[in-house]
Amino acid sequence: MIEQLYVDLDLRPDLEIIANLVKPGERVLDLGCGDGSFLKMLKEKHGAEVLGMELSQDAIIKCIANGVPVVQSNLENDLDFAGDGDFDWVIVSQTLQEMRRPDVILQRIVRVGKRAAVSFINFGHIACRLQLLTTGRMPRNKHMPYEWFDTPNIHFGTLRDFRFLCQELGISIVRATPIGQHFPLLTNLLPNLFAVGCVFVIEKKS
Amino acid sequence: MLLVEPKNFQLQEPLELDCGRVLKQVNIRYETAGTLAPDKSNAILIEHALSGDAHVCGRYAESDPKPGWWDEMIGPGKYIDTDKYFVICSNVIGGCSGSTGPRSVDPDTGNPYNMDFPVITIRDMVRAQKRLIDHLGINKLLSVIGGSMGGMQAMEWAINYPESVDCIIPIATTSQLTSQNIAFDWVGREAIQGDPNWNKGNYSADHIPQKGLATARMLAHITYLSDESMSRKFGRELQDADSYRFAFNRDFAVESYLEYQGRRFVERFDANSYCYITRATDYFDLASRCGGDLAKAFEPVKSAFLVVSFSSDWLFPTEESIKIVRALLKNRVNVTFCEIESSYGHDAFLLEVETLGTMIRDFLRNRQKVNND
Repeated sequence: MIEQLYVDLDLRPDLEIIANLVKPGERVLDLGCGDGSFLKMLKEKHGAEVLGMELSQDAIIKCIANGVPVVQSNLENDLDFAGDGDFDWVIVSQTLQEMRRPDVILQRIVRVGKRAAVSFINFGHIACRLQLLTTGRMPRNKHMPYEWFDTPNIHFGTLRDFRFLCQELGISIVRATPIGQHFPLLTNLLPNLFAVGCVFVIEKKS
Repeated sequence: MLLVEPKNFQLQEPLELDCGRVLKQVNIRYETAGTLAPDKSNAILIEHALSGDAHVCGRYAESDPKPGWWDEMIGPGKYIDTDKYFVICSNVIGGCSGSTGPRSVDPDTGNPYNMDFPVITIRDMVRAQKRLIDHLGINKLLSVIGGSMGGMQAMEWAINYPESVDCIIPIATTSQLTSQNIAFDWVGREAIQGDPNWNKGNYSADHIPQKGLATARMLAHITYLSDESMSRKFGRELQDADSYRFAFNRDFAVESYLEYQGRRFVERFDANSYCYITRATDYFDLASRCGGDLAKAFEPVKSAFLVVSFSSDWLFPTEESIKIVRALLKNRVNVTFCEIESSYGHDAFLLEVETLGTMIRDFLRNRQKVNND
């Protein structure tokens, strides 16, 4: 049942939301930029100055073909090459759950970015809860086809978990845009239950 | 078939060197392939590594058995496409393949310089190349590309002539030689200079320090391979026998291979040049000019960078490239970096042609697009 709810995430509405945040000429760092097609779009349509970071050699080859500057990194590396607020935006789209220490990464990105846009899949979604409740097994579907033991997604969390973490880290949530599907009203009212994902805009508390 | 020919350019003015001395009547041997565009926007300078030369691609005659050293990469329709780009490669000064070096005749004495040749640096090599590029009427190179010592020269271009090159592709290289690198060079030169034929560099053409130079090459060659690639290629295979001969002549395949590499090298390379060029790399240390601050050394850079390293390269390992990348990022340089997965060790820069070539081809295409917009 959970399958249906993630179909739209395939079209990556989170990226559409993030793209609309970026103004012309702004500097953007994308952690886990994949083949660079999103950064290419930001560069060409939004006139942004972009930099990607990515682990996979194959993805980097595609970034180069896309004309997007990309630096190979396991993303857990220090961002100490960048000064405070060097980037207007740091993007972490559906990558946080693969990181060993999401908390450390969040602190780094709000340092080097004036703002950061973080999107991830909500494990608190009702379908996940139901699947866990009824089958007693970790939720799986075609977009998250992994077993619990071989998944790269080692840090799933809920929207509520994220809010708590930000509070603990002294990070303020400037904006949260829940991504819903069938029930826009419910999605906005009870995002942690009805949003399949969310884009958080965060910054360091001043 | 791509046919090329060796060309010579005599520097009009003496060349001032880092050591304070001046080199007169410098000759630069170079080759070109492709056609320079009317707006001269398609010129690419290829930098050779320690033992390379200007013969980078193509053949001198149809009957030539072997093409240039990077012929798989460069040529019509290849990754660096000579139908699109004008490719230049020159022999470094201090070399022994046509450019002025220690075996050249000193115009002041009428005799070969040998060890009276001034100690040159990587920057000196690039200074000489800049004169050649000026002579060819090229204001701005599209790219300077080089592996190993070639990468060092490429970075010197970006720092010393930031307006003269659009993008730099340093491959399997480093911003400074480490103590270990310097140590290998020292042992190599000790082998040469300890050869009775060396004679303080004043050897005649028929009494060259063959053994010393071959030993230096064998030692260096090991540093270009990896444990994995050597194990795969030779393992513990015996060369000519089925069992140990309990003697000290070569028994193992790897010994035979190194012997062959040493022998071949002696046929084409000069011992004094080997001393001078390895010394130039020893002194290479970009950060040292700025109190150890590599980012500061890169401050003048305006070119975009594609930095490439190889996972099994232990001579100039990936960490060295990462240092370069971080220093460039600190200067907000447009930089791309990838470590290519490979088991070939340092030599991978000549062997991983497909992966490296794809990156270079696409990077150059996008740079040219940016420049044309």
